Order: sequence, then C-alpha cells, then structure tokens
Amino acid sequence: MPWRLLRFGLSKKHPEPRMFDAPDALKSSYDVVIIGGGGHGLACAYYLARDFGITNVCVLEKGYIGGGNTGRNTTIIRSNYLTPEGAQFYDKSLELWKDLSTEFDLNLFYSNRGHFTLAHTDAAMRTSRWRAEVNKHYGIDSEVVGPDFVKKHAPMINLQCGHHPIMGALYHAPGSVARHDAVAWGYGRGANMRGVEIHQRTEVLGIDTKGGKVCGVKTNKGYIETTKVLSATAGSTPRILKMLDIDTPIFIHPLQAMVSEPLKPWLDTILVSGSLHIYISQSSRGELVMGASLDPYEVHSTRSTLDFPEGLSAQMLDMFPFLSEVKVMRQWAGMADMTPDFAPIMGKTRIDGFYLDAGWGTYGFKATPISGKTMAYTIANDKPHELITAFSSERFKNYELTGEKGAASVGH
Amino acid sequence: MKIMTCPINGERPISEFYYWGAIKTPPNPDTCSDEEWSDYVFNKNGAPGVKKEFWCHSPSNTWFVAERDTLTDTILTTYLYQGGAK
Repeated sequence: MPWRLLRFGLSKKHPEPRMFDAPDALKSSYDVVIIGGGGHGLACAYYLARDFGITNVCVLEKGYIGGGNTGRNTTIIRSNYLTPEGAQFYDKSLELWKDLSTEFDLNLFYSNRGHFTLAHTDAAMRTSRWRAEVNKHYGIDSEVVGPDFVKKHAPMINLQCGHHPIMGALYHAPGSVARHDAVAWGYGRGANMRGVEIHQRTEVLGIDTKGGKVCGVKTNKGYIETTKVLSATAGSTPRILKMLDIDTPIFIHPLQAMVSEPLKPWLDTILVSGSLHIYISQSSRGELVMGASLDPYEVHSTRSTLDFPEGLSAQMLDMFPFLSEVKVMRQWAGMADMTPDFAPIMGKTRIDGFYLDAGWGTYGFKATPISGKTMAYTIANDKPHELITAFSSERFKNYELTGEKGAASVGH
Repeated sequence: MKIMTCPINGERPISEFYYWGAIKTPPNPDTCSDEEWSDYVFNKNGAPGVKKEFWCHSPSNTWFVAERDTLTDTILTTYLYQGGAK
C-alpha cells in the first residue's frame, strides 16, 4: 500500500517541497538571460552558477519546464557517432550522465541497456565498421556484431525482418535511457538552489541590440537589461533568430514518437534500424517507446499525424511480429531543428553577447549535460569551449561541414 | 489523411507528394563571392510563415509550386511554376 501517496491525497497542503521557486516578477536586469527552459537551457544555467559563480541569471520559458523537446524525445543516450568531433563531444556527455542522479540527489532512472544499430545491407555494415573503428580510436565501447549476438540480446526479434534480413549490428554497450523530464527538473532545482531564477510562461518578444551588442530582452512580463543572452530554444530557434535578422541553415521538421500500452519486461536493449527507419526501447514502466523518421516537410507545430503510427507499426511488425495485438497508447511530436550536416550550431554569433545553442535536431537529449557545460564556459569566457569549435555557425560560410552520419531518425 | 491538390492530377493524398523546399533564386555563380554562394546554398528563412515551395507529385513526376503556411500546415494554393522566385 503506497502510504506516501495516501498522505498526498489527504493532505491539504502540498507535503513535498517544490522543485524550484516560481518568482512573481522579473528583475530589471540580469547578467545572463537564457531563453528556453528545457534541458539545455537549465543545464547551462546550472553550470554557470556551479562552475563559474554566475548566479544573477534568469531562464525564460514560454511554456513550462521540460515541456518542449526535453519531454518529447525517446530518451536514448549514446556516443557512437561517426565523426571525431561528434564522438568525443557525446562521449564527454555520457561521462557526465553517469553521475547526474547522485549530483542532483534525484533518481533519473538512468538505465544502461546496450544499443544496437541494426544493419540490413552491405552499405549499413560498412558504415557500422567505420563507426566502430572511429569509436574505438577514441576509447568508446563500440563493436560490430553478428545476427546471433543480436538474437541473444533480443530473443523476440525476427532476424528476417520482412524483406530486410539483419546482417549484423553496431553494438554500443554504454547505450542508456533516462527519464527525460527529471533531467530538466534536476538541472532546474540545482540552478535555482544556487540563485538562478526560472520564469515559466514568460515569452520573449524581442531582443534589443546597440552597436552590434545585446543590450536587452523584451518579454510579455516586462523588459530586462542584459548584455548576454543564450538562445536554447530548439524548434523555436528560427523565431528567435528572426528577431535579430540572423539567417542560419536550420530548418524545422516535426519528429514524431509513440508508446504502446505497458507490457511485461521483454526488451532490455535499445534497437535502432536505419534501413527500416525505426527505433525501440522499453521504458521502466513497460511501455514500448518507438520512433521513426522525421516528417518529410517543414511544419512549425507539434501536431501528430495518422500516417506516422501506421507507417511505424508496419515496419515494427517486420521486426517484432508478435506485437500485432499490442495497442498504441499515445503519440506526440516535437519540432526538430535540423542542420544540413546533422551537427548542432553552438557558440558565439555575429552579435556580441548573443550565444546560440541550436540545431539539435534529433540528437539533443543525450547532449544535455555537455552542451550545458560547454555553453556555460562559452558564455562565462566569451570564447567557445574547445569541444564545440567544430560546431560554430561559421562552418557553413567556410564550407567546413562536419559530415556526421551517426544521427538518428534521418536517412543517410 | 491530408490532401494536396496537384495542378495536373487534382486532389491526391499527401503521401503521393515529395517536398523539395522553399524556392530560392541562386546568385550568378560566375560573379558571386564564395560567401554569397554559401549563403544561397545553406541559409534559409527558417521562421514560420507562408512560403512558396517546390513540390512534386511523384507518380506523375509533376513539379509545381505550393504556397503553404508552415505554422498551421495549411496549403493555400498550388500552381505550375511560372518562373521567378518571389
């Protein structure tokens, strides 16, 4: 009998402390204004306060904390990327992930599952070998495995997969899942404890500049004077950039996902198939968390479509025919801010004091800790952290794209 | 099911169509600078709004222009390309 729950039900007052304060009004000025109260924005606020002692910071969130892509992703954490800059960056993130629950004193349900990228073609096998070699070179635990190994770890799988027999897989043992909204709460609480203000339902209406420098932010709750602004707004990034007349290659396509009804545990690994364009894991509640490709055209909303569960289910049944009777419980979408080279755009911009953490497309959740940490460094020192210099917005002007092909939910 | 109107074949399910992207005019490649060219190739107005886009009805390979509101995903009008960008 959950006595604690009963106590909640009977109590007139909220018996648990709130995760963070809800301040009434904005102050007239802050040292740093962070737009976007998702994982990335809150992580940056947390590391600014903890590592750099910058605590006169506010986080502005149009909706509610973690209600954007932080709470809409499929919670997969891995570092088996293809490019050296990508693999190193995500591996540092994975290191941080492992300690987060302890650091926050909050159970993030961080669960190490092992991650398979299934290969159904010779070309996919070649890419798997390539990724494994790059990963090993940087000390990341990745290897190419055969169909027997896949079957051993996911006994319910149909190795024939309809007309796409599984030839092998890239196996990444550190692959994990975590409870995504708790990550935002953990960073939010940690930042708030150190003096950072979190303002929910506060929308940015404009950013003022003077002589190429940021001088203030207009919001629906009043005006803020500041010299440093970070935009960490994922799918809303182009709307923020339009206020400053900055064009980037970022384009917004919805990325949909869905969960099944809860089942007894039967899948303890994370499976991804590039050829079938699907990925699946089982949550700690027993739901199957499933995703597929990006929607095929630009839309700036989080609407869902019926085509999505229809297409995804058809592919999923090729891999797991026994799921044919399982019901889909809910589906949703997030706005993915895509870039042409599947790498983020991070760091300084042509406007002094305006920093960008964007272009996170389909790979932002796993990067939450390291993007927060490197952006905090970048803002505190007004100099990009060495891990993110390859992700500068200048790379397009200089034709120095990253060539990352390890991203999820996208065809290569 | 979402329906799109092909200027040749009439109303068809959106799954029959292929999205190419907003129409942009390239600068003259012989005279423009590398920076102007990269701006044309990579940068775009990513903000929501009504955009003119190239779409293709794939079974009949009909390329045409759609004016679409990318915020609400409403297709305002479709017509065959008449030249020019904006």
